[in-house]
Amino acid sequence: MFSIPVFLQAFEPLIWAARYTLLISGLGIALGLVIGTLICAARLSPYAALRGFAAVWVSFLRGVPLLVQLLVFYYTLPVIGIDVPAIVAAVVTVGICASAYISEIWRGAIAALPKGQAEAAAAIGMAPHHIWGRVILPQAVTMSLPALINELILLVKASSLVSVVGILEITRASQAQAATTFRPLEVYIAAACIYLAINLCLSALGRYLEHRTAI
Amino acid sequence: MQASQVEIRKVNKFYGPFQALKNVDLTIPPGKVTCLIGPSGSGKSTLLRCINFLEEYDAGEVRIDGQLIGYDAPGRKMSGRKLREMRRSIGMVFQQFNLWPHMTALENVAEGLIRVRGLSKRDAQARAEDALRKVGLGDKMANHPSRLSGGQQQRVAIARAIAMEPRLMLFDEPTSALDPELVGEVLTVMKTLAAEGMTMVVVTHEMGFAAHVADQVAFMDAGELIAAGDPASILHQPQDARIQSFLRTYHERNSF
Ligand SMILES: Nc1ncnc2c1ncn2[C@@H]1O[C@H](COP(=O)(O)OP(=O)(O)OP(=O)(O)O)[C@@H](O)[C@H]1O
Ligand SMILES: [Mg+2]
Repeated sequence: MFSIPVFLQAFEPLIWAARYTLLISGLGIALGLVIGTLICAARLSPYAALRGFAAVWVSFLRGVPLLVQLLVFYYTLPVIGIDVPAIVAAVVTVGICASAYISEIWRGAIAALPKGQAEAAAAIGMAPHHIWGRVILPQAVTMSLPALINELILLVKASSLVSVVGILEITRASQAQAATTFRPLEVYIAAACIYLAINLCLSALGRYLEHRTAI
Repeated sequence: MQASQVEIRKVNKFYGPFQALKNVDLTIPPGKVTCLIGPSGSGKSTLLRCINFLEEYDAGEVRIDGQLIGYDAPGRKMSGRKLREMRRSIGMVFQQFNLWPHMTALENVAEGLIRVRGLSKRDAQARAEDALRKVGLGDKMANHPSRLSGGQQQRVAIARAIAMEPRLMLFDEPTSALDPELVGEVLTVMKTLAAEGMTMVVVTHEMGFAAHVADQVAFMDAGELIAAGDPASILHQPQDARIQSFLRTYHERNSF
């Protein structure tokens, strides 16, 4: 039978473990935004070599499962003499993986802007950095918000994969909890509740931001 | 007001193998209104956009008050900074308005004054308000473009251009995207500008505007400039068969 006390007791260690889930997905999206923006800039640059590099970056990272990327990254680093904690490897991998998707989100939003927006700015003599900073990016960011929040939600869920490199985030913590209590049903339902709560909050944040920036 | 003169000499423009402009020659006199007319696809927009180098011409010269735009010398591109310098005194108004939707009417007009002319925010706003009042939008300054009618949006776009104090204004079918009842308010603003002695180049399908306001009408067909002259000679006694047939089609379409 489903035991309510066991179910409730499972929350404490899992909420504790949720720090790692939040840390990895939060830092992951931050890193992904930075790298993704650079990759997008490379993709739109006038230099063919940069464009080529960015295209390969995106198709490689989108074509290989995150789990495999994690394992490759985690086991390659020591081989080339770099010793980093698992958590760092996890954040970097998640961030790099997210960068591919984020760069495509930016690119889509920028491409969706009518050409006339930048032309009107160029026609009055605005410099490229103002055209980007004042005309293109503010609109691209607004347009991309739903997709970015969506990406963050995907990352929260995908962060369960970093359990394979031994990080005690929600999923790994619930596995451990299930093994010691022999009550997998209660424990995993508790884990599901936590993931759901986090992502509902993120959806609400997304709706709020969208509403606030609506033109 | 200082008004620019534009000299277009043997301008050619290719899109791949397709030649959009063929040896176009045209002089735009200072302080006068020149209307560019012609069938769709004849190269009117392309020619207009070569004047502020939004479109790069491949051969020939476009000179604004004697200064070549886009190139330092034939085949050697001008620096971005120099080009921006030249564009500061050329205003442009587009068929689709191209207002920035995330800014209010006032911000749309003030933006260039702040970023390009380097005015303080307060001075820019004061000037933007003047420009908006001039086009009759003193009461709509806080509206975003989505809260303005097409005619009002186009007038904001005109205000955005004139606030920069240009010596030359380019219009690409400024009324073509408007409902018929909104055309008049935009043409009225343009007539005011013309009366003040602004050099204007207007691509238009409004033959009435061309006939009554233009000092010069230029007719294009298939990338060539067929004829240019005073409105009467082009619109009422056209010599060229292509102009005659264009005007016949126009009259047939506009009579019912
Ligand atoms: N970016 C481009 N690439 C290829 N061809 C183009 C491009 N822009 C314009 N053209 C071609 O150049 C020719 C002239 O175009 P342009 O827009 O100047 O015509 P227009 O006289 O302004 O026509 P309309 O009255 O329809 O606006 C057309 O045949 C058009 O298809
Ligand atoms: Mg056109």
